[in-house]
Amino acid sequence: MMKNINMNENKMSKKTKLILNIISLIVFALLITLLDKRVIGDSYVRRVLNTSAVYAIVAVSMNLINGFTGLFSLGQAGFMALGAYVVAIFTVPVGLRPSIFYVIKQNPVLAQIELPFFVALILGGLLAAFVAILIGIPVLRLKSDYLAIATLGFSEIIRIVITNIQPITNGALGINRIPEMPTMWIFFGILILSVIFIKLLIASSYGRAFKAIREDDIAAEAMGINLFKHKVLSFAIGAFFAGIGGGLYASLLGSVVPNSFNIPMTYNFLLIIVLGGMGSVSGTIISSFVVTSGLEVLRFFDDKLTIGGVVIPIFRPGFRMVIFSALLMILVLFFRNGLLGQKELSWDLIRKKFLRKKSDKRGAE
Amino acid sequence: MSVLKLESVTMQFGGVTDNNNLNIDVENGKIVALIGPNGAGKTTTFNVVTGVYQPTKGNVYYNGEKINGLLPDKITKKGIARIFQNIRLFSKLTVLENILIANHLHIKSDFLSSTVRMPWARNEEKAMREKSEMLLNKLGLLHLKNETSSSLPYGEQRKLEIARALATDAKLLLLDEPAAGMNPSETEQLANFIHSIRDEFNLTIFMIEHHMDLVMKISDKIYVLDFGQLIAEGTADEVKNNPKVIEAYLGVEEDA
Repeated sequence: MMKNINMNENKMSKKTKLILNIISLIVFALLITLLDKRVIGDSYVRRVLNTSAVYAIVAVSMNLINGFTGLFSLGQAGFMALGAYVVAIFTVPVGLRPSIFYVIKQNPVLAQIELPFFVALILGGLLAAFVAILIGIPVLRLKSDYLAIATLGFSEIIRIVITNIQPITNGALGINRIPEMPTMWIFFGILILSVIFIKLLIASSYGRAFKAIREDDIAAEAMGINLFKHKVLSFAIGAFFAGIGGGLYASLLGSVVPNSFNIPMTYNFLLIIVLGGMGSVSGTIISSFVVTSGLEVLRFFDDKLTIGGVVIPIFRPGFRMVIFSALLMILVLFFRNGLLGQKELSWDLIRKKFLRKKSDKRGAE
Repeated sequence: MSVLKLESVTMQFGGVTDNNNLNIDVENGKIVALIGPNGAGKTTTFNVVTGVYQPTKGNVYYNGEKINGLLPDKITKKGIARIFQNIRLFSKLTVLENILIANHLHIKSDFLSSTVRMPWARNEEKAMREKSEMLLNKLGLLHLKNETSSSLPYGEQRKLEIARALATDAKLLLLDEPAAGMNPSETEQLANFIHSIRDEFNLTIFMIEHHMDLVMKISDKIYVLDFGQLIAEGTADEVKNNPKVIEAYLGVEEDA
């Protein structure tokens, strides 16, 4: 009996895995297409899924910096804001601008420029990467918590600058009427492309150098790795994808205000990567979807609850965050490495988990 | 011909002088040892050579070229690699990954072509893997290539750390207490290992060591450091019988 189980635990053949991969890809594509064509689900479900996809892009980019390169950076919301604002400024139709910039007129040069969505999106990513390099040159010499404080500060500076350059950003009023995307595939397509790019980067020689810096920067430097260059590289690539995520977020919401990109926004992503596993791309994606939809599922805690005519007093707006935080504490206490730690989701892993449970049951009987 | 030359190197930290006016000459192809009691400033000397510290005074030359003032990664690129006193492997990564990382310094493809797997980047990666596996094979570590490096026994970890330093294509190897924590038979094996890689890879070796039998057995030249001062230099026999060295290690009899 034991022998049987052990044999089952041997790795699956490549062919089985390929078939399973193809099946799950088809199921995934079918699901998104059905949702997209409004055959199943409603606009609420679609919105939650789109938000999850956007959060996943930003969270994976943050994991590249924090989980794979070992830089404790908290600047992701700032980079997102840059991407979001580039999309907002350049994609709103020129004709609508005067009604948006009604307090202070938009800069006359910018008021004439309207770019296609994808051009603006890439531009936003590039701007975020450029700013990351500028910020990175002074602050990436810092380590651990000092770096965290410096990047948090810079992210706030970005937000405050955006609030105060009204002719460009419309200040605290924000920009609305950002064109909406016709299909969910834009969010999910870009998520897939970003994840593939980051996965390939991590598996390349540069990705190994990032991991070396995470493991032991002194040894990495002694092995000839230019710490500064590689840290800036990882930081800029992470910022690029955060900018892309920000641009998508802007078009998802249809409007941007500087306050959307405050410090709690960065904490959301920190939470997602810690829960998913620092150094696990698949863990990050799973936890993006779980955290985002989890926050929605918990929404009934915010509504009034009456049992037998008695109003339960603690069920009121904001209570869901209490529950959510309590769940987080439990998770962090019992699963310190997050969902997947530094591992990636694979069929072997699923099979192993599944078989272990089965054999446990058998043992209990 | 001298490979590494320290010319009146002084290293001070505030009021503390860790190295005082050192003149060290490491000749090509030789095994040179730096010994001395704890706290004599031996590791400081290594840190000066590898660029971790900038000497307060004096210069360091590698093949006649001044290297003090360069960052550690630049110095490694020139051909000096080190192993650390307390093993510093990339412990969560595999044996092969550790070696591949040490190959990264010579990479020619930029990150973008490396990421999107352009043909030339693919070839470079393939060559890197072949070279790494060949090195592991030579050192008898190939069967461990997919093991996590922290799971290896202590002796193998030391070996891997030396292999990693070799993977940078270094010609001068700095070994900081390679035999620390090893029993006599492991030390013996290590001595043979150091000897054999020196011959096989045409290396020059500069090492710090406390195991006197190891030092005496394989070193061509020995420098003795005490309180930051060089107190003796020469062959094993010369150093062994030097009264200053005996005093530094055992102390001197006090007059009654």
